[in-house]
Amino acid sequence: MSKKPSKGGAPSLDMTPMVDLAFLLVTFFMLTASFRMAEPVTVDPPSSIGDVTLPDNHIMVTIDNNGRVFFGISNTTAKIAALEKMSTKYGVKFTPEQVKKFSGLPSIGVDIKDLPRYIDATENERTNFQPQKGIPNDSLKNPQLKDWIANGGTEAVRAYTEAKEKAEAAGQELKAEKPRYAIKCDGKTKYIFVKDVVKTFTDLKIYQFNLITSLEGGGTVLDQEEKKK
Amino acid sequence: MAEIAEDGGGGHKKGGKKRAKKQSTKIDMTPMVDLAFLLLTFFVLTSTFSKPKSMELTFPAPPPPGPPVEIKNGITFILTKDDRIFYYKGEFRDKPNDKGPATELQELNFSQGKGSLHQFLADETKGLHDQVLAYDKQLLNKQLADTTYKRLVKLAKSNKDTPTFLIKTDDKATYKDVIDLIDELNINIVGKYVVTDLMKGELDLVNAKTGG
Repeated sequence: MSKKPSKGGAPSLDMTPMVDLAFLLVTFFMLTASFRMAEPVTVDPPSSIGDVTLPDNHIMVTIDNNGRVFFGISNTTAKIAALEKMSTKYGVKFTPEQVKKFSGLPSIGVDIKDLPRYIDATENERTNFQPQKGIPNDSLKNPQLKDWIANGGTEAVRAYTEAKEKAEAAGQELKAEKPRYAIKCDGKTKYIFVKDVVKTFTDLKIYQFNLITSLEGGGTVLDQEEKKK
Repeated sequence: MAEIAEDGGGGHKKGGKKRAKKQSTKIDMTPMVDLAFLLLTFFVLTSTFSKPKSMELTFPAPPPPGPPVEIKNGITFILTKDDRIFYYKGEFRDKPNDKGPATELQELNFSQGKGSLHQFLADETKGLHDQVLAYDKQLLNKQLADTTYKRLVKLAKSNKDTPTFLIKTDDKATYKDVIDLIDELNINIVGKYVVTDLMKGELDLVNAKTGG
């Protein structure tokens, strides 16, 4: 089946393998991509040699350089459940649409009284939302952050346990991990703000954290010693 | 493009029905390919592979009421404004007493070389490093089992001669300083460290040094 070289005209090239590959890659990236909404605040965490990957299942408290505190839960089920508890406690009503919309939001940094308005806002309006002062963290008068963390924590653990039992009943192994508490903080933030948040956690008897940092090379002295050899 | 073998076994005979003029089955795939590559580029550029990295840290539980626990072999770091680090060794004494003179703060910096935190830690933890390095060598030569190695390293780190580092900050220190300090401690594989609260007497000493 030897082909004769075509006489004249445009030389034709068999693009099939290339197209196959292109579609393969498109499919791969489409399936692996996870879309996120823009975070309400950008923080620039300091770098460290810590190379522990943040687990997918986490409760994250973000602190920006003005000391505003933002709160987010990665697990949607837990997020909705936590919102319901907060809604009962603070007497703020949410419509089912608002609850659904809330589950898709990343971290939030508004007072719970402003939360329905914040949820209804468009994405552009949210970036300039007023007042976005961070979640109130007054341990005596207005301990909203503490309540978010407490409710979010219990719900995240419950969601994890339920998923685990379900998987075990089906005879499968659960891939998800236990929820972890993460603190993401801007390098320029005064440590006193972080201290307040850590205090909130330790009051709830939570002592272990993942501090989010950007990765820097190097490693420990022993790693460096080994490299020299 | 895709071709079908025409001379497969027992194919139809020629010369029967007159076939219509052979039409090209080729489709112009250019738009589809364009689209495919457009999508490909989009997904490649927007996807983020790297999940955030983090540093695991355990904060201490509030101490039980009563006199503070005495820490042997402690080194206290105090972080303050302008990325300055002060330290003192041993217990805090605001007045000289029978155990020794009043505490004086020494200064360190985050750079490399003389007087740097890195150099200081390297000197302070030399004993531990040598020990861990020796274990490493033994592990490499298969003189130690994995589990024994881990146990020995843990033991060396919690040895009471290995210094314990206390990290304290005043109100003006930044988060970056704290992370940098903890990171430096991690790089130098120190035994134990803990982030804790500053005492009044220590704050006075720091204020005297920084003039604020």
